[in-house]
Amino acid sequence: MSRIQPDEVRTIAALARLRLSDAEIERMTHELDAILEYIDTVKNLDTGATEPMTHAVRFDCPLRQDEPKPSLSVEEALQNAPRRRDSFFEVPRIVPSTGEGG
Amino acid sequence: MASPQVKGASIAELAEGVRARKWKARELVESYLDRIARLDGRLGCYLLVDGDGARRRADQVDATVAAGRDPGLLAGVPIGLKDIFVTRGLQTTAGSKILRGFVPPYESTVSARLAAAGAIALGKLNMDEFAMGSSNENSAFKPVRNPWDLERVPGGSSGGSAASVAASLCAGSLGTDTGGSIRQPASLCGVAGMKPTYGRVSRYGVIAFASSLDHPGPFGRTVEEVATLLEVIAGHDPCDATSIPSPVGRYRQACAAGLAGMRVGVPEEYFQAGMDPEVEAAVRGAIDEIARAGAKLVPVSLPHTQYAVATYYLVCTAEASSNLARYDGVRYGHRTAEASSLEELYSKTRGEGFGAEPKRRIILGTYVLRSGYYEAYYGKALRVRRKIADDFRAVFDKCDVLATPTSPTAAFKLGERQADPLQMYLADIYTVAPALAGVPALSQCCGFTKNHLPIGLQLIGPPLGEEAVFRIAGEYQRRTYWHKRLPEDPS
Repeated sequence: MSRIQPDEVRTIAALARLRLSDAEIERMTHELDAILEYIDTVKNLDTGATEPMTHAVRFDCPLRQDEPKPSLSVEEALQNAPRRRDSFFEVPRIVPSTGEGG
Repeated sequence: MASPQVKGASIAELAEGVRARKWKARELVESYLDRIARLDGRLGCYLLVDGDGARRRADQVDATVAAGRDPGLLAGVPIGLKDIFVTRGLQTTAGSKILRGFVPPYESTVSARLAAAGAIALGKLNMDEFAMGSSNENSAFKPVRNPWDLERVPGGSSGGSAASVAASLCAGSLGTDTGGSIRQPASLCGVAGMKPTYGRVSRYGVIAFASSLDHPGPFGRTVEEVATLLEVIAGHDPCDATSIPSPVGRYRQACAAGLAGMRVGVPEEYFQAGMDPEVEAAVRGAIDEIARAGAKLVPVSLPHTQYAVATYYLVCTAEASSNLARYDGVRYGHRTAEASSLEELYSKTRGEGFGAEPKRRIILGTYVLRSGYYEAYYGKALRVRRKIADDFRAVFDKCDVLATPTSPTAAFKLGERQADPLQMYLADIYTVAPALAGVPALSQCCGFTKNHLPIGLQLIGPPLGEEAVFRIAGEYQRRTYWHKRLPEDPS
C-alpha cells in the first residue's frame, strides 16, 4: 500500500510555496513512499513517558541590556535585493487595485 | 628564504616558518594558489578562489611579523572555508543556485576568529546544496572528486573541505556537521575532522540547515591540526543563543597527554553483521592498537541506535523546511523573472532555485510538521531523540570515549547511489546518533582498503569531552602512520 499519493505531495508543495513540475511530483511521491516506509520504524518504539528533546544543550534564552547597538545600514540590507525601490524591497502588488486611483 | 614545500605540510610548521621569517605568508599563499590553479580543475574543491584577498591579507601578516609583532597562532596559514560560512564582501552560496550572487554584508564568527589568529582564507569550498547530502553530488555547481580515486565521491556534505585538505589545496579547513557532514567526508578522504559538542562553536553566520543539529568544526590532516583550529574557533559567542559559556579546553595538549587509565567503549550496535569486512578489520585493528597503548576496552550497548537514521531525517527535514522558508526571492538570491502575485513569486522562485535534495527535504519536513501528522512524526522523533541521547549519557558512566567506524563503507563511485535517496541516507548510519545527542565526535584515518581507499575511525566523547577524544586520537595517531600517506597529485 502506498503511504503517500501525488495529490498529497501537490498539497504539501503548495503549503511550502514550492512549485514542482508534474514529473517532479511523480518522482518525489515514489521516493517519499520509500523514505516514509523506513521512517515509520520509529512508530514501533514505546516513548510513553519520554519528554521531547528539542536541543542537545539546555540553555536559557539569554537577554542583553536594551541599548541601541550598531546594525546593518539600509544600503547594506538592500545590497542583495533582486528588486528594490528607494529604500524598500519591491514585491508584486499585494492589495488589489480598486481602480479608483487609490 | 627557504621555499616552503606545502604538499603535506602541517599547520604548526607553516605558522612557525612565518613567525621565524623562514618564509613569508605571501609565499605560502602563492604556493597554495599555484596548486589550486594546477589541480583543482580535476578535483572541484573550490567554488570561489579569492586570490587577491588572500594576497592582501598575507601581506598584512608579513608586515606584522616585520614590525616584530606576533600575528597569532595561525600566522599566515592558508585555509579554506566551506561555502556555508558567510564572508563579508565575498559571494556565499551554500552550494545552491538560489543564493547565486549573494554577497554577505557580515562575517561569520568562526571565520573572523580564524582571521584574527592570522589564518588566510583562500576561498570558499564546494559542498552539497545547503549541506544536504553524503557525496557532494548535490552541489548545484559541480561535484567534488576524491583525491584518492577521481572516480569516487569525497563524501559530504563538506566534501570540498575534506578533499582540499587531503590534496593539500589548503592547510586546514572548516566544515559543518549536521548528521555526519564533517566526519564522513573526513573518513572517505583520509583526513581528520571533528564535530565538537553542540554549542561549543558558534553558529553565527553559518547558513542554517537544521539549527538544533548544525555543528561547525575543523578539518586537518592530523588530529593536532584539528585541535589547533578548534582552540581558535571554539568559545562563547553572544551572537549565538545556544553557544556554551564554559572555557575552551587545551586540545593540543590533550593530543600528547597519553591515554593511561582511560576506558574505551565499543558499542555492539556499531559492528553488526553485514558491515564491510575491510572497514570492520581496520576499525577493530585500531581498537586493538588503542588497547595495546594502555586503554581498557569496555563492551557497551547503545540500544536505540537502530532508530537514529529515521529520527534524524524527521528532525532535520522539519527544521530545514522552516529554515529554508526564507529563500523567497525578495531580499537576496534568485528571483523568478515573471510573477503576477506574491505567492507566485515565492513558489516560482523556490521551484527554480532549489535543487532536488532541498526540495525533497522541504516536502518531507512540511509533511511531518502538518497538523494531524505532527505528533505521529515530529513529536515522536523528539521523544526518540531523547532516548538516543540517554543511551549516550548512560554509557559514559562506564567509559570515557567510544570507538566505532565512521562510515559503513569506503568512498563509493560517483553516481552509484544518486538514484536512491534512501540508500544515500543510510551512509550516515554511524554518524547521526552523536549529532542527535550533541556529543563531540572525531574521525581519523585508521587504514586503507586493498583499493587504496581510506577508512575512518570515529571517537565519540561525552558533552564537552573533546579533550578525552583528543587524548585517544593523539595517542593512536602517534602509534600509526596512516596520516602520513598522501594521495598523488591528479595529472
